[in-house]
Amino acid sequence: MTDRALAVVRAGALTTVQDLGRPGHAHLGVPRSGALDGPAAALVNRLVGNPPGAAVLETTFNGCAVRPRSTVTVAVGGAPCPVTLDGRPVAWGAPVHVPAGALLDVGAALCGVRSYVAVSGGVAVEPVLGSRSTDLLSGLGPAPLTDGTVFPLGPRGDTHARVDVAPQPAPPAELVLRVTPGPRDDWFTPEALRAFTSRAYRVSPASNRIGLRTEGPALERARPGELPSEGMVLGAVQVPPDGRPVVFLADHPTTGGYPVIAVVSAADLPAAAQAVPGTPVRFLAVRRR
Amino acid sequence: MRVLPVGEEALLVEVASDDEAQALHAELLRRRAEGSLSVREIVPAARTVLLDGLADPARLSSELTAAEVPPAPPHGREVVEIPVRYDGPDLADVAAHWGVPEREVPRIHAGTEFRVAFCGFAPGFGYLTGLPPRYDVPRRATPRTAVPAGAVALAGSYTGVYPRSSPGGWQLIGTTDTVLWDHARVPAALLAPGTRVRFVPIGAAA
Repeated sequence: MTDRALAVVRAGALTTVQDLGRPGHAHLGVPRSGALDGPAAALVNRLVGNPPGAAVLETTFNGCAVRPRSTVTVAVGGAPCPVTLDGRPVAWGAPVHVPAGALLDVGAALCGVRSYVAVSGGVAVEPVLGSRSTDLLSGLGPAPLTDGTVFPLGPRGDTHARVDVAPQPAPPAELVLRVTPGPRDDWFTPEALRAFTSRAYRVSPASNRIGLRTEGPALERARPGELPSEGMVLGAVQVPPDGRPVVFLADHPTTGGYPVIAVVSAADLPAAAQAVPGTPVRFLAVRRR
Repeated sequence: MRVLPVGEEALLVEVASDDEAQALHAELLRRRAEGSLSVREIVPAARTVLLDGLADPARLSSELTAAEVPPAPPHGREVVEIPVRYDGPDLADVAAHWGVPEREVPRIHAGTEFRVAFCGFAPGFGYLTGLPPRYDVPRRATPRTAVPAGAVALAGSYTGVYPRSSPGGWQLIGTTDTVLWDHARVPAALLAPGTRVRFVPIGAAA
């Protein structure tokens, strides 16, 4: 068995294929999608010598196990977790040589939510609108992994990783999200605006790739009624009628009708992708650059 | 026209009407095509156009605030025709809302030229405008858990066609076999913002 393919032995709770996503199609109702923790995905790609746009696996909480049919280099990053090769511990956050037919098990996250698995050559499923990302809102891209799925792998590049191991940020004990106000902050009472940036929230277990949901003080609107649907950006903090802020992540809808009180700085979203339910969240108001 | 900053690299431009949003959208597409506007996403909606992925949103904001937007140019593009069987389960309810006999609904709907005001909800789902305000209908009190692909539906002032089966609260008036979204096709979406649309009755109502 020397064909370039990857067999899924244990799919895990939710493992998807992710790359840089498919920006540029929002006007057709197509979400951007892509790896939620972009820097982690980029790093594992670099560790195995892949270009930044190669597709990796994104796990959720409990990892996954795969068996490559040809010899490959693999790197696991993002949420720290035990990694074994045919049952023997191997490095996390570093390139690992995986012989054809060996079983690579990416264990449950010790902290954080999402681990990233890069395989040399990248997962080479057919792209949809230029991307191999699974989009859980609209169902574009490959379905989430199931046991027994076999994915083709791309050809190995000539590039070799220039690093053996790389530091990665620890998942946040407290998630501090810098926000710029608006565009619909005028839909909220002054008390709600104060509460939003001064009170403590927690990450809700209902969070997913579409949005980081929060629990905490409900934000009261200053005006009733509905907002006509308008375009939504990554990091938008939408406030549904229950008053609990939702931070839009990669699979967010392209338009929406609930008012956006503020927008989270793009630099803080990778940490949001790694915040486990119950993590304290603080929205920190900053001035626009 | 009001320009609202959105985060660090986007602007939401708000106008007073659907027609103004259409004109602004056309003008922004023209500027992008001629190379004077560099932007990742231009997302029109009901009363707004979102510009995302801007290098210098503050500068564009002051430019746009001072700009005169010419009316939308008449479309040279052909009209997309969508054959419809007017057999939806909500036909009678829609007729009651409109205050017309049920058989009049297909005649009025198919006699209207629509335009895709914007897309959203699902890839390839267009919000089509064209019916006069007296034909607005509310959403259903209880949304259906599964609306079939190809369902032609009404809500508020909009008509839409479900690209694939999904939950939905719109009033269903008909069915089409036309494929609204096929990512293996170029373009994948049959309907994009600005596309003109006519529904052509087939079957009993034809």
